Amino acid sequence: MSPNLTFAPEDVIPPGAINTAATQSVARPVAISGTDILTVRNLSKIFGPKPEVAAQLVKQGLGRDEIFKRTGNMVAVNDVSLNVKAGEIFVIMGLSGSGKSTLVRLLNRLIEPTSGQVVLEGRDIAPMSTLELREVRRKKMAMVFQSFALLPNRTVLDNISYGLEVAGMKKSERYEIARAALKRVGLGSYEKLLPGELSGGMQQRVGLARALAVNPAVLLMDEAFSALDPLIRFEMQSELLRLQKEEQRTIVFISHDIEEAIKIGGRIGIMKDGCLIQVGTPAELIQSPADDYVRDFFRHVDVSRFLKADSLLTRVERGLISGDVGAPAERYLDQLIDSGAECGYVCDEAGRYQGCVTPASLHKAGARPLREALLKDLSTVSLDTDLHELSAIALSQKHDVPVTDAAGKLAGVVSCRTILKQVMERRAA
Amino acid sequence: MNSSVIGKFAENAVNFLFNHFQGGFNAFSAALGAVVKLLEDGLGAIPFVAMLVFLVAFALWRRGIAFAVFVGIALLLIHYMGLWPQTVATLALVVAATVFSLIVGVPLGIWGARNKRVEMILRSLLDFMQTMPAFVYLIPAVILFGLGRVPAVIATVVFAMPPVVRLTTLGIRQVREELLEAGRSFGSTDAQLLWKIQLPNALPSIMAGVNQTIMMSLSMVVIASMIGAGGLGEYVLSGIQRLDIGIGFEGGLGVVLLAIVLDRLTETFGVKSKKRRTVTKAGKAGTTEAAHS
Repeated sequence: MSPNLTFAPEDVIPPGAINTAATQSVARPVAISGTDILTVRNLSKIFGPKPEVAAQLVKQGLGRDEIFKRTGNMVAVNDVSLNVKAGEIFVIMGLSGSGKSTLVRLLNRLIEPTSGQVVLEGRDIAPMSTLELREVRRKKMAMVFQSFALLPNRTVLDNISYGLEVAGMKKSERYEIARAALKRVGLGSYEKLLPGELSGGMQQRVGLARALAVNPAVLLMDEAFSALDPLIRFEMQSELLRLQKEEQRTIVFISHDIEEAIKIGGRIGIMKDGCLIQVGTPAELIQSPADDYVRDFFRHVDVSRFLKADSLLTRVERGLISGDVGAPAERYLDQLIDSGAECGYVCDEAGRYQGCVTPASLHKAGARPLREALLKDLSTVSLDTDLHELSAIALSQKHDVPVTDAAGKLAGVVSCRTILKQVMERRAA
Repeated sequence: MNSSVIGKFAENAVNFLFNHFQGGFNAFSAALGAVVKLLEDGLGAIPFVAMLVFLVAFALWRRGIAFAVFVGIALLLIHYMGLWPQTVATLALVVAATVFSLIVGVPLGIWGARNKRVEMILRSLLDFMQTMPAFVYLIPAVILFGLGRVPAVIATVVFAMPPVVRLTTLGIRQVREELLEAGRSFGSTDAQLLWKIQLPNALPSIMAGVNQTIMMSLSMVVIASMIGAGGLGEYVLSGIQRLDIGIGFEGGLGVVLLAIVLDRLTETFGVKSKKRRTVTKAGKAGTTEAAHS
């Protein structure tokens, strides 16, 4: 792996930190929301006749095209490490051929990893015996496929209960669970139909219900909605979010559609040539993309919706008034006029923002305390206020919108002009 | 006329089997003979009218009214020619040969689907079995099992088994990879994968093999009349021996009619029963779909 790739520090464990991370996740086998439920460490898959030779070449820093030319081995997934938190939807994005579908199949060992670990709830899946692996697949992981992969000769109900059936559950019990799952995806009355009699969107609902029926700890969704037409895809994404609201599940979602990733993903991991090159929330990826590849993904996305006050504000250079709000207002009048600023931003000795004054308000307050000169109808926003809300506030008031940080200090101001400028700039990019 | 070394080898091989495993062959022969006899007696015990009604009704269920009418006429024609007992005897042989072909052929086909090397060996063996002139099987069959129904069934099985093996292998290979992936991802064992995913999805292909096997057994059963298989073949054979065009034609017609009936009926099992379902469920599906979109 090339050393200059950047990772969000909490998402990817550097090689030196492996031991501590391992003991941590073993120490908490039960997943609590927010903790890591699935940890992938240095996972690699090399297809071809001599994976060991290719692995050596990878260590020497050769590119995957070069390795393929020399040895005929394909480095599909290269040293991927990531953590998935309980209850989050973790989206793995990448162009076709970037190794994302291979990666998700390494997680449940539909494809055997060449090296690395897949730790689910504290247990490494990679070295498991067939028997243990089968138990994990039956109880802990379920998969939804791009092509639906429903069994054409079985009814909807028998398809949904397949996972329970192979696990040896009695017919009446598994049907009961399957019916509940079917109802949750909104297809309650379809249980006796065959998959071929359903539309694509409905088939994938069945695929989803089949995975939900086994109540897995982690749900793997491999381009689950990519084969559907745009309207149905949108509907299914909303459906997934609705289900997620009902019951938080941990989902690893593979996608090549950035809009989809943004819509459903809490965090997105971007894959390129088998490597995971960046992990972060959509906003993080837009703000500081690791390279042009990441930036390119967002090229056609309307990123303005991710703009927040912190990236829109301008620092206040003129008109900063540090003083005592109890002191007479007129004392600060000359200072403000001299600065040439339209407004003055008043901070106390500790630097906490108190409010905004204008020459007029200072003049009006006269000898009364400065606090009475503070403009009353001016809203202040925090750093994480989004573009939508910010625009509304900026439009509704005469003056720039002051932005304060968590400590209450003035971070800067946002004007209608800067909002417009930023939005236009992002659009142009 | 003398055979060369190759022919001598085949002869020695058959003699070796005969000399060393005669007891086994006799026991097998007796068992197989009993099964065939039971089948023939069983089918023969059913009165013609009952059989007629059953087959016509069956034809009506599987294919519809036109074919049911055809089956009725065909059976009455056979009965009119006085060939009903012979037809039943032939039917019994065909059924026995087909069942044996399936018992041996389907597992071989599954094995071939799972193992490339096995498939290669099977393929050359099956090519050999299929292209070797059918008459040739009669010779070792008679030496090892004597005359009568048993060697006829054995020779028929050898001749008619290849399609079921081939099409089983093909059918299993053609099951979409993602279905197997889905099966594995939900924790299926290999046996569950075979029984719940591979075989059900390979069924249309396997049934096409069964259909071909039945057709080939029917043609072989006529040839096997030379070693005492009995039935319609024997009738045809006597036509040939006496150069009696009438007898030959009637026997031949009986075979043709039986072949058409069996072919069209077994063919229907290859197509999925889905079509019939769709018709009954379409109305319901339409209304619920509207409610959801």
